[in-house]
Amino acid sequence: MKSIKILLTATCLSVFLFNCSEDDVNDRNFATSPEGEPIEQFDGTYTLEDQMARPAINTVFVNSGSKDTFNTTLPADMGSAFQSSFEAKLLALNPGYTTNALGLDAATFTTVLATDVLTVSLDGTTTFFDGTNVLTGRTLADDVINVELLLIFGGPMGADNPGLTNDNVDANDKPFLNSFPYLASPW
Amino acid sequence: MKKLKIILGVGLLAVAGYFTVAADHIDAPAVMGGSSDITDYFAFQGQDNNNIVFVANVQGLLAPGSATSSATFDENVMIEFNIDTNADAVEDLVIQAVPRDGKMYFFGPYQPNSTGISSTIKSEALATSVNISQYGGAAAISNSSVSGIKAFAGPRDDPFFFDFAQYSEIIAGNATSFNNPGSDTFAGTNVMSIVVEVPKALLGGSGSINTWVESKRK
Repeated sequence: MKSIKILLTATCLSVFLFNCSEDDVNDRNFATSPEGEPIEQFDGTYTLEDQMARPAINTVFVNSGSKDTFNTTLPADMGSAFQSSFEAKLLALNPGYTTNALGLDAATFTTVLATDVLTVSLDGTTTFFDGTNVLTGRTLADDVINVELLLIFGGPMGADNPGLTNDNVDANDKPFLNSFPYLASPW
Repeated sequence: MKKLKIILGVGLLAVAGYFTVAADHIDAPAVMGGSSDITDYFAFQGQDNNNIVFVANVQGLLAPGSATSSATFDENVMIEFNIDTNADAVEDLVIQAVPRDGKMYFFGPYQPNSTGISSTIKSEALATSVNISQYGGAAAISNSSVSGIKAFAGPRDDPFFFDFAQYSEIIAGNATSFNNPGSDTFAGTNVMSIVVEVPKALLGGSGSINTWVESKRK
């Protein structure tokens, strides 16, 4: 009986000590598992190096000397920093640009593009463009390059410059999965 | 055959390195080809319509074989999914993915300590972790019953498709149109991929979000 008491006391003590040490490690910014065990330390400050939202924005619209700057400019600051150079780039790519299939003139279109965020609907269809919905997300199968080519070169009806509005690569080289993790296994 | 693949892989890298045009592959000198180089970003409704899936790919144009099997996530690089819920292009929520000792740890979605260029990790926000999948093995998936978050990290086929070689010829003034059929410059190449599926309820529930992905180095 006495030995049981000692055992219980020892157990309680060890639980108590364990809890103390757990608090200590939390103070040092350890993550803990659902069971309360410390896993790894995640201290430190991480600094921005690369970013993206919509596909091919930096590569197509940002001039070669400014690509690193674009990657480290916060989205909220991108519009004022890059809209005018995006507009110049658009008109260099397509000197005949008037409006596009979304009805956006050069200034309006590049104002949208320069703040590089991807809008995603939480209420239904998510797609870059599916013939009906525009910019409500981006799925793996969306032919985003054709959409962007059409908006840059296709004019108000999408009929201008037909040789430049479709790269004739319409799908991935491996089928995607219907379930998580969705991407195809590596080659 | 293997040698041919290696030669093709090297040739592709050389072409890509010269033109620097893609979804976001090798987009800028400072990150080109490095461990923090984001190649692509996707956000879409999951198989379960109550969820949104975020996909961030890094380290593109990996040839099959040794280039892919030796590719690793950099333990000093955080991949941060930024989520703006009130249309001001400032992140209200983040999901942070950080590799450590063969696992990828996911924090959030949570309101970050600070917004902008620099990030720290709030360790209490740990949502799930997953073993980093090995090349040639089955995809390791974690599915947290507590947070409802699914996670994957490891090599995958590059989902991007584009006749980027011909686009480069057009931009260089050497061609006036695309070819038909075109040729997918990214066919047969791999990326290092992070996939996280999150209940919409953790992102605001309804309406729209704005999102972008960042790589940040410690």
